Amino acid sequence: MNAALIALAGQPNCGKSTLFNLLTGARQHVANYPGVTVDKMTGWLRLRGETLEVVDLPGTYSLSAFSAEERVSRDFVLQQRPQVLVNVIDASNLRRSLYLTLQLLEVTPALLVNLNMMDVAEQRGIAPDPQRLSQLLGVPVVTSSWRSGRGKAELLQAVQGLMGQDPPLRTGPVDYGPLEGLMAELLPALALLPQAASEGSSAALHRYLALKLLEADEPVARQLGATPAGAALVAQARQLAVAFETAQGCSVGEHLAHCRYQRAQQLVDLCQLRQPAQRCLSDRVDDVVCHRLMGPLLLVAVIWLLYYLSIVQGYRLTQYTWPLLAGLRSVIEGFLPAPGFVEVPLTRAFVLWFVDSVNALLNYIPVFFILFGLIALLEDSGYMPRMAFIMDRLLHRFGLHGQSTLPLVLGGVYVGGCAVPAVMSCKGIPDERARLATILTIPLLNCLAKVPLYVLLINIYFAAHKGVAMFFIATISFLLVLPIAKLLSLTVLRHKPAAPFVMEMPPYHLPTLRAVLGRALERVWLFVRKITTIVAAVAVVLFVLLQFPALAPERHQHYQDRQQQLEKRFYRTLAGTPYAEAVQEPGQTLELVLLAEGYAADRLRMGDATAVAALNAALRQQQPVLFDLLQPENAAAKKAARALKKLLKERKALLRELRAEQINNSLLGQLGQALEPLTAAAGFNWRVNVALLSAFAAKESSVATLGALYLPQEDNETLEQRMAQGEEGFTALHALALMLFMVLYPPCLATAMAVKLQTGSLGWMLFSLGYPMVLGLLVASLVFTGGSLLGLSGLQAMMAFYLLALLITTVVGLIGRSSLSS
Amino acid sequence: MKKSVTLDQIAPGGSCRIVRLVAGDLLGQRLLDLGACPGMALRVVRNAPLKDPMEVELDGCFVSLRRAEARLVEVENA
Repeated sequence: MNAALIALAGQPNCGKSTLFNLLTGARQHVANYPGVTVDKMTGWLRLRGETLEVVDLPGTYSLSAFSAEERVSRDFVLQQRPQVLVNVIDASNLRRSLYLTLQLLEVTPALLVNLNMMDVAEQRGIAPDPQRLSQLLGVPVVTSSWRSGRGKAELLQAVQGLMGQDPPLRTGPVDYGPLEGLMAELLPALALLPQAASEGSSAALHRYLALKLLEADEPVARQLGATPAGAALVAQARQLAVAFETAQGCSVGEHLAHCRYQRAQQLVDLCQLRQPAQRCLSDRVDDVVCHRLMGPLLLVAVIWLLYYLSIVQGYRLTQYTWPLLAGLRSVIEGFLPAPGFVEVPLTRAFVLWFVDSVNALLNYIPVFFILFGLIALLEDSGYMPRMAFIMDRLLHRFGLHGQSTLPLVLGGVYVGGCAVPAVMSCKGIPDERARLATILTIPLLNCLAKVPLYVLLINIYFAAHKGVAMFFIATISFLLVLPIAKLLSLTVLRHKPAAPFVMEMPPYHLPTLRAVLGRALERVWLFVRKITTIVAAVAVVLFVLLQFPALAPERHQHYQDRQQQLEKRFYRTLAGTPYAEAVQEPGQTLELVLLAEGYAADRLRMGDATAVAALNAALRQQQPVLFDLLQPENAAAKKAARALKKLLKERKALLRELRAEQINNSLLGQLGQALEPLTAAAGFNWRVNVALLSAFAAKESSVATLGALYLPQEDNETLEQRMAQGEEGFTALHALALMLFMVLYPPCLATAMAVKLQTGSLGWMLFSLGYPMVLGLLVASLVFTGGSLLGLSGLQAMMAFYLLALLITTVVGLIGRSSLSS
Repeated sequence: MKKSVTLDQIAPGGSCRIVRLVAGDLLGQRLLDLGACPGMALRVVRNAPLKDPMEVELDGCFVSLRRAEARLVEVENA
């Protein structure tokens, strides 16, 4: 008996996880059960001054030994012996739920039955009588509706009531009829086995073990059969089971299920007034929702709405939330050492880089909030299983699962998704192999952050065929995901357990606003807590890679000299104007530069004229002389203002040049150069390599880094023009190879963390980072080198590759089906 | 004696009775856990738009399963 341990058990979708979150709040920890990739959720609960460990066992329909989830649940209950085992059951689906309860009663004495979803059961007029059920089962029963937050106090009181008690295991919650006699035959010899005795011997436990032997339960047979006497017993049980099967015409397993179901039905009849009403309404709804034509149409509509509301409208919302983050940044900026004319103090650079990295992620909160809310809505309504029902055939052919639909949509099946929530939403896929295949291929979809690079390259190199190129890039990713998912499931995932599809289609149910909002908030909070901390940590590492080694002193001197030249010229132009006196030395110049830049930034932020007028008035009072340069009114001021504008521009160019040299010189820049031989076949030069490396933190960075590396030669050149000029010999074929590499780009760090969370393994996370790189380089090299050899233009190579991908996807979809079905 | 067929051969709207589960291991256990014991009556409710999976009604519960899985459930027409 483990005094400070509470476990939660229940069937899938009974509300167990909601209870777990309710009990433990933020104090949670995810690990794996030893040897298997089943999440072990542990949390802590303070109850009357005591800290209790709460373990959320995986959701299982029964306690057989056929799945890893069931094995770990059973072993946990038998070996850890929790003080209280809370069995959460769905009051609106009582018989099915009691099927598990009856099995739990065979392994634990400290059961507390929690009748959850009472609100749903009450609505349907089928709410069971908890007192009656408690009498019948001989264990306490409490009611609740976790989704609407009802019943916590009662549950805690019942837990408290069970604490400190150590009741014996009950005998025979279910009468197994003809099997009882066979069990009795095994018991005397079983009681003598040391393995049975060491388990904390009791008649009820022996009965359970005898039952498992007759059922040919592999782990129990292995454990008891370790000694010669035990092996004899196992053999005897096997003979009895064979005799039973011949006599009864069904297997022991089938008989057990039958008896348990009958007993569960009896209990339902005794404590529930009415039989569950036929769900004719849900069935009628499904006539439309799962209809051959209407079903897929509705699915597309739901997906489109999900995408539109969260990604499009959510993005619009970030316009209102971004100023808050920007405001936070400028507050922090106020505490930092001011920048020099060309030198930025390291603390300043570091803190701002850090804030920017975290802000870039926090900016997505509105998108995630809407998205998580809508997903909760879909989950609670019961539409999810229908979605899986409609899509399974198509996705299953490629090693995915019907329930991969939602993750794929979120990841960006067309253009514009986000892999982080997509990977997080893979949690519900019951088939381990398909779940991993989904998680590993989601990053290949077109997330929003990949789009800027596509747009940049398409505008330069496919300007005449923008529509075709956009369509190509939008659809090619899904055409690559399907065969790659299949390839993964046939190779590295081959030995991962596949699970049957068999899935309950629950009745539809109207979600409550409270539940949906609550879950959306909870998931956003989880996202912020888990992802942001990691991204922040990685931002630090990347900063170091970009900043070190620092430039040599003589290079610094070089930039200082150039700064002085700029300043000298500025003073010369200013000479003779009334402002020459106010700006004479570098300190004053810098002040003026910062003033002008601050003014420009402030004006950009302020929309209306009154705010600008107020700003002008305030500044004029503070800086009566210099303000003239910001708002020139006479000829002398205009001349000086022109000079200032030129100075500002030249400073910016100098800063950019310095930045480019810094990146070039940095560890990351050196890495980019070192990789050039490897990426030559794909047509990437070192600048492209550095841009791609910097995209690890966030893919948006690729365009920003390219911007820093391709310096403007003239004032108003766009990055497009700069790239086109700066890279002579960079052709549409190069651009195509680069875009395809971006499609197959490894997940960003936030996604990598989500992969680690969802797979529970560092190994899979590293694999998810590694394989796309290899694959991307291969594909880019194939396109670039192959295209060059054949003398194809960028557009021709694009068409050829598209046809190839289409062909491969079709062939892969048609063949090898049997190897996946299990 | 009624002719024994497999569940995937029953058309939507058709009813039948489970004779035997050929499925072993996890699939068999999962079917049993959802109440698909021999002797139980089944009704095929509908097929998915692409014909696979199929949905059956099992003692008041609605369950969907792939055709490959339904092939492992022997039934007799009722």
